Amino acid sequence: MAKVFTKTKMLTDVHMHYCPGCTHGIVHRLVAESIEELGLQDKAIGIAPVGCAVFAYDYFNCDMQEAAHGRAPAVATGIKRCLPDRLVFVYQGDGDLASIGMAETVHAAARGEHITIIFINNSIYGMTGGQMAPTTLIGQKATTCQNGRDPAVNGYPIRVCELLATLDAPYYIERVSTQDVKHVLAAKKAIKKALRFQAEGRGYSFVEVLVSCPTNWHMKPVEALRFMAEETSRTFPLGVFRDKSEGREEK
Amino acid sequence: MANITIDEKVCKGCGLCANACPKNVISLSKHRMNANGYFVAEKVNPQNCIGCAFCAIMCPDCAIEVEK
Repeated sequence: MAKVFTKTKMLTDVHMHYCPGCTHGIVHRLVAESIEELGLQDKAIGIAPVGCAVFAYDYFNCDMQEAAHGRAPAVATGIKRCLPDRLVFVYQGDGDLASIGMAETVHAAARGEHITIIFINNSIYGMTGGQMAPTTLIGQKATTCQNGRDPAVNGYPIRVCELLATLDAPYYIERVSTQDVKHVLAAKKAIKKALRFQAEGRGYSFVEVLVSCPTNWHMKPVEALRFMAEETSRTFPLGVFRDKSEGREEK
Repeated sequence: MANITIDEKVCKGCGLCANACPKNVISLSKHRMNANGYFVAEKVNPQNCIGCAFCAIMCPDCAIEVEK
């Protein structure tokens, strides 16, 4: 019998610390597999964020750099400008990218840095215990909005893909999900495409991945996937927001 | 004939594999735990496996290997 699925060599054998049912691990695998399939393992440099994925440097089998909270795109800019032949990818969560790191995120995109950003959106602060994030849905409960997010008090969720798609420089922006097998396979395609665009020197690429957080959503893992399919992806519609390779602007 | 191998040391018993399996090959154990205290996923109908690898694609911890 031939092996049809085995763990990629781009991931180390360290056991991941994520909660049971958290789909962070799936996204780690997709990024790792994409780099391996592109044959860029020796050239890859990852930037780990602050947040749930803070230990990402233990899991990826390539050079990794930890950045201060929210500053990963700035660190990536420095590394890419010093070593332009490397593949620099940034792995950030929503508290890191859309809250404290919003300035770095927007300006790196506006400058059109040749980096790839993988944005993990679980619409809550996971590591710190379930506080409201900039991406928390209207009506969704969190420890800092216990009756559900109220737009009159807490404002509205930020849609980062749509925001960055108003800028001229980004080359590729897409939002994908990990709600089921079909969407995970589509996410793999998007991540691989984003990394390939960078390797070809085309420009800034950004992939937002919707991820579940069963612990802080207070759901079972399978229920959390259903919530993601029915609720999260309604506020954050999936799709390609920018793909200059097809000569298409916004969809 | 297809076969899956579940690494029980890594499994966290989240059940996403069992949810993804179209042939009900996998189920969470009701009695057996691993060292971390999770009820691990186990094969209950191994003869039904078609090697589609849906379980491995959904496993967040890369605990499943698939052969076909």
